[in-house]
Amino acid sequence: MAGFVLQRLFQSLLILLGVSIITFVLLYWLPADPVRQIAGRSATPQTVENIRQQLGLDQPLWAQYWRYLTGLVQGDLGRSYLQKTEVSTLIASRLPASLLLMAGAIFAELLIGLSMGIIAALRRGTTTDQSLMIISFIGVSAPQFVVGLLLLYVFAVQLGWFPIGGYGTFSHLVLPSMTLGILGSGWYSRMMRSSMIEVLRQDYVRTARAKGLTRVRVTFRHALPNAILPIVAMIGIDIGIFMGGIVVVESVFGWPGIGQLAWQAIQRVDIPIIMGVTLVSATAIVIGNLLADLIGLLIDPRIRTR
Amino acid sequence: MKNLIATTAMAICLALPAAAESYQPDPNAKSGGNIVITYKDDVATLDPAIGYDWQNWSMIKSLFDGLMDYVPGTTDLRPGLAESYTISDDGMVFTFQLRAGVKFHNGREMTAEDVVYSLNRVTNPKTQSPGAGFFWSIKGYDAVASGDAETLEGVTAIDPSTVQIELSRPDATFLHVMALNFASVVPQEAVEAAGDDFGKKPVGTGAFSLGDWTIGQSLVFAKNQDYWRDGIPYLDQITFEVGQEPIVALLRLQNGEVDVPGDGIPPAKFQEVMADPAQADRVVEGGQLHTGYITLNTQMPPFDNAVVRRAVNMAINKERIIQIINGRAVPATQPLPPSMPGYTDGYAGYAFDPEAAKAMLADAGFADGFETELYVMNTDPNPRIAQAIQQDLASIGITAGIKSLAQANVIAAGGEADQAPMIWSGGMAWIADFPDAANFYGPILGCSGAVQGGWNWSWYCNEALDAKSTEADAIVDPDRADERLAMWSEIYMEIMEDAPWVPVFNEQRYTMKSARMGGADALYVDPVSIPVNYDYVFVTD
Repeated sequence: MAGFVLQRLFQSLLILLGVSIITFVLLYWLPADPVRQIAGRSATPQTVENIRQQLGLDQPLWAQYWRYLTGLVQGDLGRSYLQKTEVSTLIASRLPASLLLMAGAIFAELLIGLSMGIIAALRRGTTTDQSLMIISFIGVSAPQFVVGLLLLYVFAVQLGWFPIGGYGTFSHLVLPSMTLGILGSGWYSRMMRSSMIEVLRQDYVRTARAKGLTRVRVTFRHALPNAILPIVAMIGIDIGIFMGGIVVVESVFGWPGIGQLAWQAIQRVDIPIIMGVTLVSATAIVIGNLLADLIGLLIDPRIRTR
Repeated sequence: MKNLIATTAMAICLALPAAAESYQPDPNAKSGGNIVITYKDDVATLDPAIGYDWQNWSMIKSLFDGLMDYVPGTTDLRPGLAESYTISDDGMVFTFQLRAGVKFHNGREMTAEDVVYSLNRVTNPKTQSPGAGFFWSIKGYDAVASGDAETLEGVTAIDPSTVQIELSRPDATFLHVMALNFASVVPQEAVEAAGDDFGKKPVGTGAFSLGDWTIGQSLVFAKNQDYWRDGIPYLDQITFEVGQEPIVALLRLQNGEVDVPGDGIPPAKFQEVMADPAQADRVVEGGQLHTGYITLNTQMPPFDNAVVRRAVNMAINKERIIQIINGRAVPATQPLPPSMPGYTDGYAGYAFDPEAAKAMLADAGFADGFETELYVMNTDPNPRIAQAIQQDLASIGITAGIKSLAQANVIAAGGEADQAPMIWSGGMAWIADFPDAANFYGPILGCSGAVQGGWNWSWYCNEALDAKSTEADAIVDPDRADERLAMWSEIYMEIMEDAPWVPVFNEQRYTMKSARMGGADALYVDPVSIPVNYDYVFVTD
């Protein structure tokens, strides 16, 4: 097992290296010139050249990348072109908010998705089942920007139950988590439904019912733990979807996370920040997948003996 | 005005408008209170040598001071950290007398050495200031800009309260340059202690000092109790909350949680707000030093033909474009906006007349029109405006394909001589750095901007006009200011004759405020401090 973990860790590092190269090259090829963004419109060509030289952007691509990589392995993500602040400081100050939002979103999507999936599975073929599946379909398809604003308008502005955007308390967390959660819950409800149906068909469930256990007990004690297994592994993979989602949701709710940071940096071609956020997100996704594999390993002996 | 009477042997000119020092703050102004201002984007930096977006521009104005300043709500210069100044006869030497007892936020007294240090810092290439080029007229600038010298030869501290600045060429805009944020006075020890982080730990002499800064969430400005202008500022504290979508900011304003949404009223909500008298009442409208225009690349056929350019000028229905932005602008006839000194009153511009335009195109040999491309920034409402322009062009036979790109890509295309035949400037349009007619020329219409990576997207270069602009800006005698403005007016009229641009509209500004905000309307559409002049507004509750 240790060998398997080591092997996966090594693969993860290779993936991150690949991500850094691809992102760096893409940003280098961008027709937009970051120096002109910094220099502004009144700068003389001399000022522009000075800034280009100071930032080392007059160097060839490989030299620029090598410099970035040597910094990176020492934990240095460079300084923002426009803010002049350390990228690591900017990310570190925003990462906790994103992680909190992610935790809230995972909780929300599991709560909504799993409940819907279980109910639909137990009521298979009824109108309840069909309505739930239609709702989940809408949840998957609805643009997060719209869902976010809608929730904000109904629950914060009209009903006044929650604050209108912002960060700081539990009640600030609810609406953005729900927005992200609704998207994810669509997948989970469908997966939970089919997984549950699959398990309910198994012989041991019938046996349990036959020996006189209540339906509730059979569902929660025997069927659910088995049905939930493939879902748990999904959470790790989900992190990638969240990384995309937080960019939109953080903007709508004024949530001070790294999604917002990335969005602003993209608009201003602040390459060190874009690189930094991409790498941190990629690391999160890689770790998520790694955890998913490890959890799968721990809970499913069939993988372990392989 | 007593202080302004010269004491030196030099021949003197007083460049001050008479009204400057006599600005009377609102007699009903009340001290105290904390207001909340929201922004969508994070504040990038508060270093006055670096900050160059409209959001941090006014924040920096409240944290720092320069030698010169503007009368609140106007474009009139007044002395700032300089108590008075004299200009030599030939306009080459400016001598500034500093105010006594002005203290930085760290408690140290500001001296002439700080002024010298600050100007050396902003022009030093290592600082990477986007504003370095504004100081081109100071003697020794070239040596510092090229890295050959560390200090500007022309800037000297004569004694702790006197700074002398010698120019290499007369520059009528020099006092405006000294009022730019880039000319703010910073304390050397604080800059050096903070290093690259000075933009996050600013120390100035301004009306407010930076309190807390939670990155990505909020900034708090606290009143500078020792501010050298008596009784200013009124507010105890300003909280800037960042990361707020304009639409969310408006909802919060309506809910009483926000005092001024810094990004303005979102276009989608504009008509709704203006239709409600209670809300419309709290919206202040004013002009701004802005012109939106279409550039016609004079190096690319068929726009190298002035007749074609004039025809395009006559084909554009400006009123309809203004309707697209809910009427938040006035039609433009010339490059300068109406509130800018030097604007040519009574000039009607090219009349909207598609039939005549078509005839002109036919005369120029394009009876069947031609195909071209219109570059535009891809955020609303610019693509919609581009469509209107496209239809107008189609009506005279020109088929224009729309290239809707990210801002940086449009700017990059404009900076190449042979890429963008036409660009709609929306989202990147010129807003003046300082209220002077010269500021609309050099980089965007002069030869110096018609270079690769430049901002003169028409690639229009008229050597005779360049010479005339140099001549106009050599007139530094305030008594001849009208003569200088007349020359600038002629320059822009000649440009209109050559028609490298289609001036489309001058955007109006609309600032919304909460009911408790007090202070003259002019402070809420201040031409220099956007969205509001933080130092002079107050709360009434």
